[in-house]
Amino acid sequence: MVNIDKAIDVIDRYKNMPGGLLECLHGLQAVFGYVPKESINDIAEGFNISRAEVHGVISYYHDFKTSPRGRKVVRICQAEACQAMGSRALTKRVEDLLGIKIGETGDDGAYSLEAVYCFGNCSLSPNVEIDGKLHPRVKSDNFKKLVKGGGA
Amino acid sequence: MTVNVYVPRDTASISMGADEVATAIANLSEDIKVVRNGTWGMTYLEPLVEVETENGRVAYGPVRVEDIQSLVEADFLKGGEHLLCHGITQDIDYLKNQERLTFERCGLIDPLSIDDYQKNGGLVGLKRALKLSAKEIIDDVTTSGLRGRGGAAFPTGIKWNTVFEAKANQKYICCNADEGDSGTFSDRILMESDPFCLIEGMVIAGLAVGATKGYIYLRSEYPLCKVVLNDAIKIAEAQNYLGNDILGSGSDFFLEVRIGAGSYVCGEETAMLESLEGKRGMVRAKPPLPAHVGLFGKPTVINNVLTLASIPIIMAKGGDYYKDFGIGRSRGTIAFQLTGNIKCGGLVEKAFGITLGEMIEEYGQGTFSGQNVKAVQVGGPLGAYIPLEEFDLPLDYEAFSEAGAVLGHGGIVVFDDTADMKEQAKFAFDFCVIESCGKCTPCRIGSTRGSELIDKGDFELMRELCDLMDSSSLCAMGGMTPIPVKSAIKHWQDDFKD
Repeated sequence: MVNIDKAIDVIDRYKNMPGGLLECLHGLQAVFGYVPKESINDIAEGFNISRAEVHGVISYYHDFKTSPRGRKVVRICQAEACQAMGSRALTKRVEDLLGIKIGETGDDGAYSLEAVYCFGNCSLSPNVEIDGKLHPRVKSDNFKKLVKGGGA
Repeated sequence: MTVNVYVPRDTASISMGADEVATAIANLSEDIKVVRNGTWGMTYLEPLVEVETENGRVAYGPVRVEDIQSLVEADFLKGGEHLLCHGITQDIDYLKNQERLTFERCGLIDPLSIDDYQKNGGLVGLKRALKLSAKEIIDDVTTSGLRGRGGAAFPTGIKWNTVFEAKANQKYICCNADEGDSGTFSDRILMESDPFCLIEGMVIAGLAVGATKGYIYLRSEYPLCKVVLNDAIKIAEAQNYLGNDILGSGSDFFLEVRIGAGSYVCGEETAMLESLEGKRGMVRAKPPLPAHVGLFGKPTVINNVLTLASIPIIMAKGGDYYKDFGIGRSRGTIAFQLTGNIKCGGLVEKAFGITLGEMIEEYGQGTFSGQNVKAVQVGGPLGAYIPLEEFDLPLDYEAFSEAGAVLGHGGIVVFDDTADMKEQAKFAFDFCVIESCGKCTPCRIGSTRGSELIDKGDFELMRELCDLMDSSSLCAMGGMTPIPVKSAIKHWQDDFKD
């Protein structure tokens, strides 16, 4: 069950901030890991906009999720500088290894695999982020160790 | 005697293990003071550890934790010889041959030390600006010839003057820190390594146009920038360089960092405004210009990080000083970023006019893989793919424009001869499918149709589609997506034959 009081706390913090909806959604994700649909009514009321508008903003931005992510979140850069260093092949290997495609969360909830378009670490590509930690120069054979938390 | 050892704290060096290296070095002896500086931008040497000696700072890199034992044995705390030693940092060719204006302090200082900042030329510009009239500030910026570094290269002085002349009870300065182009990180380096410089530039912009409130729209992929900027803002407020009655001048300026949410098109200025207002990042039709009707409907200056960070030095040394760098109508310096399949990747700040070939061969030292260069994409995902035959192209706005290419934000992505240019052309369309805001049809639908046409091999129809997207899209997203596509087809026809 989503603790709606926690959501209301976050919404109250941002509702009077000019243009604060994105900050509010980031705040909700920081608490819940995603934006719970149970909070949409309260967001709409807090910001004095329609529920459709709230939904519109959530669905527009790649960062905002509407369901829980995996226990480990793997994000692979799919942009050109990483492509130039083999990110396409790396992505395929990672998909095979985790048994999920980019954009999916496994049924067991162990992993989410997400696309990112640039971490700004393009001199050290290809880049993969695991649970918020950025790993440069990732190769297929060291990914396995990284994802298990074995360091570089 | 205490020895100062510098270990960088930017995203790239941390990703290469700088935090662990800093801890390990600090644990060596109580006589070591580890300073977490920003980065010099020589990414291929990260983590670049520097030891302060009487001859200057001696550089070692890339240093890994397992190298520290041998560094100790080589007496690195006295600047001793070692396989990883590169001599005095400032004498490393990669750095020495640059023309550092905007990035003059990056790597040199502790980014959050206002003393370091002031000792190295910081706040001179602001103090001078406080003595000038708004008009005089704008005139100096106009004289400098500074053009927007985000990619569109619009003259900054003209933009500021438009906002200055607009009448309103509230105006805003918005810093576009949504550096979304693949192959770019110069904004990130500046924000992580010299945040006070950006803040100073924004305060001066506020003084010039009469704005008292500023926002930095920062992409969510840059979490360390958020931490550094927010810390820097707190320090600047405490020192009264920001906030109420700045340095007793009677002028106010307040600054806030706002975080984007993974949308590339929010780097387009009007989409950014929508996003800052808490809405979907949909592009606005122009006119009205943001300079007249911008954030919350008020006159707004929107400048890229590097445009604003170039202001302090222009104010400190005068517009004429800055103008003396560069060629033609491209004045001053621009930060290039060498990325992708490159041996010596990093940040290179140079006056306009150096050729693409010099940049890749002399600075970049060729590909990382050791294979031949096939293509170089300059200016981000909407920039052209350039073949070896055009490596004598000078890096300036006009020369690139004539060649059907763009300098954009200075990103240079190198591909070796394993690249499949048909795949790259298709990606240009696919990226537009993912990132289009959806407001105009040529971009929203055209990108999908373009991707399909590449699969089908119908290049005649695709050319027509490209012309249509180019001429009738609302912003650069749809309008420039044809640039990488057309350049790939033009130069690598063989890749498009099945």
